[in-house]
Amino acid sequence: MNYFPDEVLEHVFDSIASHKDRNSVSLVCKSWYRIERYSRRRVFIGNCYSISPERLIARFPGLKSLTLKGKPHFADFNLVPYDWGGFVYPWIKALAESGIGLEELRLKRMVVSDESLELLSKSFANFKSLVLVSCEGFSADGLAAVAANCRFLRELDLQENEVDDHRGHWLSCFPESCTSLVSLNFACLKGEVNLGALERLVSRSPNLKSLRLNRLVPLDTLQKLLMRAPQLVDLGIGSYVHDPSSEASNKLKHAIQRCKSIVSLSGFLEVAPRCMSAIYPICGNLTTLNLSYAPGLHGNKLTKLIQHCRKLQRLWILDRIGDKGLGVVASTCKELQELRVFPSDPFGAGNDAVTEEGLVLVSAGCPKLNSLLYFCQQMTNAALITVARNCPNFIRFRLCILDPVKPDPVTNQPLDEGFGAIVQSCKRLKRLSLSGLLTDQVFLYIGMYAEQLEMLSIAFAADSDKGMLYVLNGCKKLRKLEIRDCPFGNSALLEDVGKYETMRSLWMSSCEVTLGGCKTVAEKMPSLNVEIINESDQTEFNLDEGQKVDKMYLYRTLVGHRKDAPESVWIL
Amino acid sequence: MEGSVAYDSDLNLKATELRLGLPGTHEEQQAVSNVRNNKRPCVENETAPPPKAQIVGWPPVRSYRKNNSQPVYIKVSMDGAPYLRKIDLKVYSGYPELLQAIENMFKFTIGEYSEREGYKGSDYAPTYEDKDGDWMLVGDVPWEMFTTSCKRLRIMKGSEARGLGCGV
Repeated sequence: MNYFPDEVLEHVFDSIASHKDRNSVSLVCKSWYRIERYSRRRVFIGNCYSISPERLIARFPGLKSLTLKGKPHFADFNLVPYDWGGFVYPWIKALAESGIGLEELRLKRMVVSDESLELLSKSFANFKSLVLVSCEGFSADGLAAVAANCRFLRELDLQENEVDDHRGHWLSCFPESCTSLVSLNFACLKGEVNLGALERLVSRSPNLKSLRLNRLVPLDTLQKLLMRAPQLVDLGIGSYVHDPSSEASNKLKHAIQRCKSIVSLSGFLEVAPRCMSAIYPICGNLTTLNLSYAPGLHGNKLTKLIQHCRKLQRLWILDRIGDKGLGVVASTCKELQELRVFPSDPFGAGNDAVTEEGLVLVSAGCPKLNSLLYFCQQMTNAALITVARNCPNFIRFRLCILDPVKPDPVTNQPLDEGFGAIVQSCKRLKRLSLSGLLTDQVFLYIGMYAEQLEMLSIAFAADSDKGMLYVLNGCKKLRKLEIRDCPFGNSALLEDVGKYETMRSLWMSSCEVTLGGCKTVAEKMPSLNVEIINESDQTEFNLDEGQKVDKMYLYRTLVGHRKDAPESVWIL
Repeated sequence: MEGSVAYDSDLNLKATELRLGLPGTHEEQQAVSNVRNNKRPCVENETAPPPKAQIVGWPPVRSYRKNNSQPVYIKVSMDGAPYLRKIDLKVYSGYPELLQAIENMFKFTIGEYSEREGYKGSDYAPTYEDKDGDWMLVGDVPWEMFTTSCKRLRIMKGSEARGLGCGV
C-alpha cells in the first residue's frame, strides 16, 4: 500500500546509504522491494560464492558499484591453498554481457587475471574506480589495459597486492586525454615506472587528491610531483633517502611545505631517519600516519616526528616504537582513534616488541581510541582490565601475543579475566581477536557480554567444546567465526547447525571436528557449502568418517556448490 | 599448558619440522608440505634446548607484509677476496637460492650439504655469525630461523673449512 508515487520513495531511498538499511527497506513490502531494487546503485557481497553474478544482475539492473570479497581471512596467513578460488573473471564477464553500467569495482582477496582487467577496461564506458586489496593473479599488462581504455578513470588504488610488474610501461598507457584522476596508488608495485609519464600524468590531473608511490620513484621525481600537485590530501612516499644538507633536500622541503592539504601520510618504504625533519611542517595537519613499512625509523627520530602530530586519528606503526614511544603517542595524540602496532620481525622472534605497558599508556592518554591491532611480547590481566576501563568505546580489539599461548607473566594465569573485562566494558565491540593462554572461561564471558560482536578470531585457546558453544549460543550478531588449533569437536559443531545460516562463514582448522561431523552439517543444511580443504599429498580423501578434518570452511549460499574448486577442496 | 619439549637423545624429527600446532602438543599435526623453503632433515639432538618450532601462519601477519619488510642487508666475505659484498637476505626464499647467488657472486662452487659432514666436495664452507656471536655452518637450521639470526656471512676456505666440515 503506497500513498507516494514511486519517484518520491526513490528519492527517499536515495538518502539511505548503508547496505544494512537498504536491505531492511527492501523487506518491508513488495512495492518497496521493487522500488529499492531499481534504485540500488551500490552492492556489497562479503562472500563471492554466496550468490551468483546472474542473480545479482537480475535483481539490481541499475548497479553501478560492486564490492566483492573472495578468500577467507586466514588466506592472508597462508592457511588456504593458492588455487582455492575467488576468481573475479566470471563476474566481470556476466556484468559485461548484461549491459550494466558498472562504474566502480572493489575487490578483496580475489584472483584477478590480466584477462579480467582487460575485459573490465573494454566493457564499461563509464568505469571510474578500481580498488584491489590483497589480490593476485595480474601483471602490469592488466594495469596497462585499465590505464589505456578507461577514459574517465578516477581511481586506481592497489593495496598490498602481489603483482608481477617487471614490465613497467603501464603508466605510460594513460592517454593524454585522461585528466580525471583523483586517486592513484601503486605503492605495492615492485617495478620501475616511466618517471616522465608519471610527472606528465600528475600535471594534467588537477583533481588528484591521493598519490601513493612505490619504492622506485626517486627523490627528485617526488619533489617535482609535489610541486605539481600541492592540492594533495593523501601522500605515500616511496623512497625517502636524502642528505639533509643537500640542495635536493632543500628543494624537497620547500615542495612539501606547499602541500598544506596533506592529512594522510604513508610509505617511507626506504627511509633515512635524519631526513624526517623535512616532514615536520606538515605533521601538524596529519590525521593518518602509516609508518608500518619503515623499520628504519625508531628511537628519538621517531618520537620527535610523532610529537609534531597532534591531530593524529589513525596511526600504523612497528613495534620498534617500544613502550616508551607509545608513551609519547599517548601524550601527544589526544585525538587518536585507531592504533595498529605491527611486529617488525614478522617471523616472530620479537626482540624489539612492545608489552602491556605501552597499551596501558595509550589507553590512558587517548580516550577516543576505538580500534586496535596490537602485536606484543606479553599481556597481563591487570593491563587489559585497565584498558577496558580507560577505553569503553572499542569497536575493534585485536590482540596478538607473539607467543600464542603465553599466560599473564606476572600471575601465570590465563588471560580470561582481562578479555572478559574488555567485552564487558566495550558494549559496542564488533570485532575481537584473542591470543595468549585462554580457557573456556573467556568464551563464557564473550557469550554473555559481547552482544554486538560480529567477528571473532580464536587461536590456540579453550579447553573443551563448551568454549565454542558459549560463543555460538551467546553472540546473536555473530557473522564470522574463525578458529584454529582449538579443541572444538563435533558436539560443538553440531549443536545448532541452524546458527550457521545466520552467519556469513565459519572457519575451523586443526581442531577436533571429523569428516563425519562435517558431513552431518552438510546433510542437515543444504543452504550451506561445507568445504574440506586437504593439502596433503594423498590423491584420494580418506573416507573414514572418524578422521579429523585439517581445514573446514563453511558458508551460507543461495547458489549451491561452486564449480571452480580445485582438487584440494572437497565440497560435501 | 606449553611445557618445554621433552628432550631425549633419540633423533627428534619434530624439533625443526614446520608444524601447524604448538611445540610439545601431542597431536600429530600433518607435516606441512607446502613449504617454499628447505625442509631440514632430522637433527642430532644436543644438550641445548631445541629451536622453537615454527607455526604456520603465526604470527598472523599478511604475507604481503611479511614479504615486504625492509631489506635485510648482510655482509658477505670470502677468505682471500679483496673486498666484501652485501646481499639482501629477504630476496631469497631458501638455502639453494642463497648459495647459488653467493657462488655466482664470488665465482666458486660450494659442495654438497649433508647433516653429518657439512659441505663435501669443495674447499669452501659457508658460515655465518649468529646473534650470539657464534660462527655456524649455513644450512643446519630452518631457513626462516636463519634469516632472523644471521648477522653476516663468511665463506671459509681451506683447512679451516675442512675442520668445520668433518663431523665435529
